[in-house]
Amino acid sequence: MKDTLDTENPRKAWMSLMALAPEGRVASLLASVGAPPTFTWLRVPEIGSTMVRGRAGATGAPFNLGELTVTRCALTLDTGEVGHAYIQGRRKADAEAAAVVDALMQTKLADTLQEAVLDPLISEMAERKAARAAKAAATKVDFFTMTRGED
Amino acid sequence: MYVAVKGGERAIENAHAWLAEERRGDVTIAELDVAQIREQLSLAVNRVMAEGSLYDPDLAALAIKQARGDLIEAIFLIRAYRTTLPRFGASAPVDTGAMACDRRISATFKDLPGGQILGPTFDYTHRLLDFKLAAEGDVPEAPSREAQTGDVPHVTGFLNREGLIEEAPQDDTPPPDLTREPLEMPADRALRLQALTRADEGFTLGLAYSTQRGYARNHAFVGELRIGKVPVEMDIPELGFAVEIGEVTLTECETVNQFKGSKTEPPQFTRGYGLVFGQAERKAISMALVDRALRWEELGEDNLGAPAQDAEFVLYHADNIQATGFLEHIKLPHYVDFQSELELVRKLRNAAGTGQVQEAAE
Repeated sequence: MKDTLDTENPRKAWMSLMALAPEGRVASLLASVGAPPTFTWLRVPEIGSTMVRGRAGATGAPFNLGELTVTRCALTLDTGEVGHAYIQGRRKADAEAAAVVDALMQTKLADTLQEAVLDPLISEMAERKAARAAKAAATKVDFFTMTRGED
Repeated sequence: MYVAVKGGERAIENAHAWLAEERRGDVTIAELDVAQIREQLSLAVNRVMAEGSLYDPDLAALAIKQARGDLIEAIFLIRAYRTTLPRFGASAPVDTGAMACDRRISATFKDLPGGQILGPTFDYTHRLLDFKLAAEGDVPEAPSREAQTGDVPHVTGFLNREGLIEEAPQDDTPPPDLTREPLEMPADRALRLQALTRADEGFTLGLAYSTQRGYARNHAFVGELRIGKVPVEMDIPELGFAVEIGEVTLTECETVNQFKGSKTEPPQFTRGYGLVFGQAERKAISMALVDRALRWEELGEDNLGAPAQDAEFVLYHADNIQATGFLEHIKLPHYVDFQSELELVRKLRNAAGTGQVQEAAE
């Protein structure tokens, strides 16, 4: 997983980022920007599943590992932009907030949202990952050889 | 024979009310909430997700609470819930090479790129009851150390370079799905792996142990065991590209198995594979051993008649919900079935002469 936004497909990057955000976080950051925009639903938030796949031997043929709960929705802003969200878990409010941000990122407000919503999410995710990686690193074994008493 | 009867409604209602009361237990003791179960009984939650075949820690925690800690009952609840969900699609196969590893160990190589990372393990604990846990207290924060960046390479990759281990070449055949089509024999490896990853941990462990004790022994080493988070990416048809829709914690085990060669394969190491939702290393290692045992046919090995080599036996008995469903149904009313058996036994005894019965009774 990348710590920074994918520059080739920024939309993919911000949608992924919001899918991994903790519960309620996108909505609270969005609220800091101002009153939410008005929109109409293209698809009201809906809970379903995605079949997660793995590969035999990590690199071979795919197999079905099990399902993941997912919430999705789509909406159109009154100004015409369409926002989508597909996020892990059963989180309708979070899906709505992510779809609103996705749509707003296609408007003139993109820079504002980048700064107020996406940048904090990026740094928070990096912090969470780094904290966990640092704890894992502390459990790394440093082998050393005992002196052999043969001479 | 099935005959509908009525009359148990009140008894059933009252039994359920008492169940709810017993589930709550002593009301002077604080009630558990679902978040506490999710956070503090996380390995039970992981098992329910893996065998329930649905990754959702909150739901698994709720199921454990509802089932009073009976994990198979909790798995049953998750399986039932799962069937109500519309399927949005399938993910791209997860890339475990890009896993953010909490734990990564190898029993075959001491010094390997990325190192031996123990992670939050029970290994090396003394298995002495810790009475400090019976008292409330804060846990000090675990130490940190500067972490390496970049992906941790798979151990099998090093052996592959020398050609000493069979390869797992990439193949994009869409896998069969036993949640959509009934499990049928012969089952290819993709289907076997799906059945094993959701199989009962105890059953899988027992079978894996049987291979270690000599029933189709395949001399497994844990080439690598890793636990950590991987992103889940899915194609979104309405967008025309894939996005990460979430991340899951997985346990992956790759075994390296001794192999003398066969009619079709040169002497080389072979591989067994385990991949399970959550932190579940006993299950992942067991899965890898059983996977390897079931591969005897494709590797040109002999069928030794061992249970772990018999795909039909393994796969048809590994699912604890199927098994418990059939097992537990025999406690439900079979009055009419039994009535006919009773009649039959009476008839047989009459035919054999009642005198003997009298003698036996005296």
